[in-house]
Order: sequence, then C-alpha cells, then structure tokens
Amino acid sequence: MINIGLLLALSFLASLCALGFLIWAIANRQFTLSQGDATSIFEPGEVGVPDDSTAFPGQKEATAHRFDAIRAKIDEPGRKVVTLMVMVAALSLLVGSAFGLIASLKLHLPDLLVESAAMTFGRVRTMHLNLVAFGWLSVAGIAVALWVLPRIFHTPLRRPGLAYFGACVWTIGTVLGVIAIGSGWTEGLEWLEIPWQISLLLAFGGGCMAFSLLNTALRRESHHIYVTGWYLLAGLCWFPILFFIAKIPGLHSGVQQATMNWWFAHNVLGLWLTPLGVGAAYYLIPKIIGKPVYSYSLSLLGFWGLALFYSQVGIHHLIGGPVPTWVVTLSVVHSVMMFIPVIAVAINQHGTVLRNMWAFKQSIALRFVSIGALMYTLASFQGSIEALRSVNSVTHFTHYTVGHAHLGAYGFTTMVMFGAFYYMLPLLTKREWPWPRLLSLHFWLVVGGFAVYFFAVSIGGWLQGLGLLEVGRPFGDITRMLMPYLEARSLGGALMTLGHFVFVIHIVALLLGKGMVTDTEQKAAVHDTAVAAQQAAIVERV
Amino acid sequence: MNRVLPLSVGAVAILASATLMLVIVPGIQIHQQQASEELEPYTEQELAGREQYISLGCVYCHTQQPRSPEQTLADAAQGWGRASVAADYVYDKPHQLGTMRTGPDLLNVGARLPSIEWHLTHLYQPRAIFDWSIMPAYPFLFELKEEAVADDVVVKLPSEYRPEGKVVVATQEALDLSAYLISLKRTYPVEGALSGMRDQGYSSTEAK
Repeated sequence: MINIGLLLALSFLASLCALGFLIWAIANRQFTLSQGDATSIFEPGEVGVPDDSTAFPGQKEATAHRFDAIRAKIDEPGRKVVTLMVMVAALSLLVGSAFGLIASLKLHLPDLLVESAAMTFGRVRTMHLNLVAFGWLSVAGIAVALWVLPRIFHTPLRRPGLAYFGACVWTIGTVLGVIAIGSGWTEGLEWLEIPWQISLLLAFGGGCMAFSLLNTALRRESHHIYVTGWYLLAGLCWFPILFFIAKIPGLHSGVQQATMNWWFAHNVLGLWLTPLGVGAAYYLIPKIIGKPVYSYSLSLLGFWGLALFYSQVGIHHLIGGPVPTWVVTLSVVHSVMMFIPVIAVAINQHGTVLRNMWAFKQSIALRFVSIGALMYTLASFQGSIEALRSVNSVTHFTHYTVGHAHLGAYGFTTMVMFGAFYYMLPLLTKREWPWPRLLSLHFWLVVGGFAVYFFAVSIGGWLQGLGLLEVGRPFGDITRMLMPYLEARSLGGALMTLGHFVFVIHIVALLLGKGMVTDTEQKAAVHDTAVAAQQAAIVERV
Repeated sequence: MNRVLPLSVGAVAILASATLMLVIVPGIQIHQQQASEELEPYTEQELAGREQYISLGCVYCHTQQPRSPEQTLADAAQGWGRASVAADYVYDKPHQLGTMRTGPDLLNVGARLPSIEWHLTHLYQPRAIFDWSIMPAYPFLFELKEEAVADDVVVKLPSEYRPEGKVVVATQEALDLSAYLISLKRTYPVEGALSGMRDQGYSSTEAK
C-alpha cells in the first residue's frame, strides 16, 4: 500500500542522494567558474571587436586579417545538416503562420472555409501550434545548437551523417504529424496531439541529433563548457524524457492525465524552447558586441534556478480545477520563484546590451536577439503574476493566456531565432545577405504586427475574463464585445505573416547564392594563397 | 561547469523530482478517488461521439470544468453546473478539461440542453440559433438530400438557412456527437473525502 509516509521516506532518500551528489560535485570543482570563462567563446584578439556581417562595415577590414581558417573547418562537417534544418524551419514558419492566420480569421468569420473537416477551427489551430512548435521553434533551435555547440567546443560536429539522418526523420515526423491532425487523427491532448506512432519518428530523429551533439561535447577541445552549452545540453536531455513519459500509450487517464498534460506542456516551453532561446542569446549577445556577459557567475544561478523552478510550474494551468489543492499551490509557488532565475538572466543579458547600445543600433541581428531576450523577461514576469490565484481567476480560460503564450513563443524564442539566423547564415554560407533593407523591413513588420496582436488579445482577453466572472452577464454579450479585438488580432497576424514571407524569401535567395561572397572569405582565400606561397618558398629554400 | 556528466545528472535529477511531484504523487492520490455510482460509463455511441469531439478539436474553445462558488458565482449562474471533482472524469480518456472559453463550459450541457434536435440544428449552423455565435458550422457532418427516406433524421432549420429544394439529413457522426453532448451530465451530488477532490485554494474555510 502506497501511502504518504512511504512517499515522504522516498523523497527523503532522494534528497539525501541529491545532497551527496551536490557535495561531491562541489568538492571536485564540477560547478566552479570564473569571469574569465565568459570569454571562452572568443578567439584570441576577438574581445572588443564587434562581429556581425550585416553591421559594422568598418570592422570588416579589422576582422579580415585575423580570419580563423580553423573555424571554417569547424563549421564544415555540420554545414549540410544545419542548412537542411534552416530550410525546414523557415518553411514550417511560413506554413504554420498561414494556418495561424486562418484560425484567427475564423474566430470572427465563422463561416469561412467550413466545407471540409480538415479546415475546421479546432484542426487548423492545432496544425498551427504543432507546425510552429515542432517544425519552426524546435528545428530552428536545433539548427542553432548544431552550429553553435561545435564552435564553443572548438571542435567540428561529430557524426554529421547521423545528425543529417535524424534531421530528415524529424522533418518527416512533423509533416506526418500535422497531416494526421488535419485528417482528425489526434491524441486529443493540448501540445501532445501528434499520435504516438508518429511521435516515435520525432523521438528517434531527435535522439540521433542529440547523440551527435553529445559526441561532440565529449570530444570537445575547450576545457570549459560555456553557459550556452549548459542550456542546450540540458534541453537535449530534458526533451526526450518529457516526450517519452507523456507519450506512453494507455498509461494516463482522467484528471491524472490532465496533470501529466500540463507537466509536459509547460515543461516543453520551460525546459525545451526556453533553454534553446536563452542559450542562443547567451552566445549571440556577447559575441556580436564583442564583450563577455556582465556577470558570469550569475548565469549559474539563472541556469539552476530555471531547472529547479520552471520544472514544477505546469499545474498553474489547472488552478481552480478538479485536482489536489497542494499540487496547484506547489506550481503557483514555483511560478513566483521564477522571478529569481529570470532576473539573473536579465541582469546578464540586458546589462551587456545596455552598456553597448551602439551595437544595438547598428546590428539588426543583435536587435532581434536582445528584444527577444527582453520579451523573455517580460513574458516570465507576466507568467509569474498570472499564476497568482486572484489574477488567474480573470485570465484563465481567456485570450489573455493566448497572448502570454505568444509573448513567450513569439516575442522571445522566435525573435531570438530570427537574430540567430541573421548572424549565423552569412557565416555558414560565406555570403552576405543579398538585400540588407529586407532585414529592417522584416524587423518592423514582425515587431509592429506582434504589438497589434499582443495588445488585442491581452486587452480583449482581460475584458473577456472580467465578463466571465460577472454574475448574470449573457454569454453572447461577451462574444460580441470581443469582436473588434479578434479582428485586430487577425490584422497583427497578417503583418507578422507578411514579415515571415520577407524572411523566408531572403533565406532562399541567400541559399541560392544571391549574396556577395564575404570580404573576409575573399581576404582569407588571398591570405591562404599568400601563406601557401610563403611556405612553398620556405620549402624551396630548405 | 566543465563536465558533461554532472551537468546532465543534475538536470535529469531535477526533472525526475518534478515528475514525482507533478505526475506520480498526484496520480496516486487521484486514482484513490471513487466515482459516484450515478456516474455511468459512456455507451458505445457516446464514445464514438466523443471521438468526433476530440478529432474536431472542440476542446480548444470549450472547457469541461465548472468553477466553484468560492471562486466565482458566475459559472453556476450561467447554468454550467456544480464545481467538478476528480471523480467526475474517471471514464474520460483522453481528458478534455480544456483551457479556453471562447464558447461555454460543456460538462453539464446534457442537463442544460437535452434535445437532440437542438444540437443537430446548432451543429449544422450555430447562427440559426444564436446570431452572435462564432462557433464554426459543421456542414460536413450532414448530407443534403432531395427527399428524406425512412430512418433519416431531418434537421430543423429556419427558412433563411434551409438549402433550396433540399433537406438536411444528419450523418451517423452528427448523431453520435449529439449523443455524447447530451450524455454530459455531472448533476449527481458529491459526498465524502474520497470523491470530493478538487482545488480548494479559493475557499476561505478550508475543509481540513
């Protein structure tokens, strides 16, 4: 008979083991780091030199002579898989936002596209979510991980063939999953709709890419693992576990399944998409500015705080629901505790940007990344407050929550990924962005569109929440009141989708070789020939 | 932070403890709850209708979890029923608690709207009943026929929504879905600690 006493004894035992492990780790200096480690992402001579091919034209001369040929070879083995993932991510974003826009339109034009079951609201909305979560955000994040991790480990990607195979399997899994949802084959749980038979493909493909990255980590040539590596490696450990437990067929039912559902759904944000975004920002912000982060030891607090607190916030989605009181309260407490790691990350990332605003003005990539990082802070603060019971009474069951979800997934992770692509792709393709003006057009379209979207659903959602609490308010009255907000949301969504068109067209043009070959590349080639000639001369003399 | 192993062990251990607290312990507690004898398992037709409900994604606009009077009196005033408890969902697989109220809560829609004719009309064209409704129409759950034959269930519609010269006949899917909706009734009383589990965080006088 399992009772509370036994559970307490078990958790006591688990805590003892964890404490023992912690003492061992500290005694063996597993967790120590110094501010000097923060500069481990820079090659000698790079500190103090800003780095972004779309900005700082004056710096190109400076960077040309110290172009690091070794680095080019670090990118080399992973180039194919990263390029594939970039294309998959970009196309998923485009199709995913089209579905999102259709779903949004249907909320105020309910007789639009009603003839086929595949296009009904419940399915279009779900195809949107799965495409942007598993086709865009996850794939973009993995692409960045496949490119950044070898760089911070100072070694090329290991097993690139396996990673490429994994990327193909993941892509096929996502496409089949979305088709399944469109045809009505779904698990019926939010964030877990893809049938488990198809999820096996995602698990297997993700496993292949994680194996390749883990192999790279174990063969790294840098002593220290930079903070980006903690987040990305931990995310790669967390996601498979979450996905596996949530997907075991036949194990979960009733309200127990609901707690599992929200344990998964919030952890897929907190322990998967968030580490991908925060990790990428931790690399890109200092790298583009050319200066290490403000306080490196603070990043330790941010990381372990995120792991400890974020992992237990999920049940705030069931506040006031048919679940045990203590587990709801536990999640509310952890949600509020999230202030600690978020402030730690905020000081580090915004502190670094604020002291270097010149770089923010010049580099579009940095602008995307640091605005994304700022949205992480805001979305997290908002989430902590939304989890309070009094606030949740209003916001639960409304479009306000949709706004919050988009502030996290779009304002934060998507923005960071845009910036990461703008920084990464010229280095990957050794070409410059063909039409620099499109960068700022994309920026203003998505920032403007998102602002309209966010304020529409937040204000509308708040009013909806107040309406739902008002005794005797007719339901139809609330629906009528919401109309203008739902229309504004479609307008914002349309602007964002337009921005995504610009983004994807630009990527396609770059990959087709439209951009100019970068200066550094030409100079490096000249430099290499000169070095080779010199060496040949030396050899001749000898 | 110079080694992969302690990093991954620490990360996995933290997730394991979160899983224990959010999934395993509540799961054990919830499975000890006893369902009321008045709660009947779904019939085969109701289960088929539930499949339609799931596959069409109704959950994205409709909750199935009325709130308690301590939190708000509005839910009961809308006619959505008493606050639900964990034992109300023992036959729900997968659960459909929902997180969004673009439409009303449906846990007691069978008690509130018990007429199958109403549901068929409403599914075919919600705006035939409520001019303000933004629920999608589901014409693909119906057939248009020149003339109804025996056993056909003809949908009643106001003249402006009636297709010219045709009758609208419900398919098996529409009948199943309506049967499921009508089966949603959690009107029996909740008594005792073993069947009353829910979030009591809003009650000022905690039961214990």
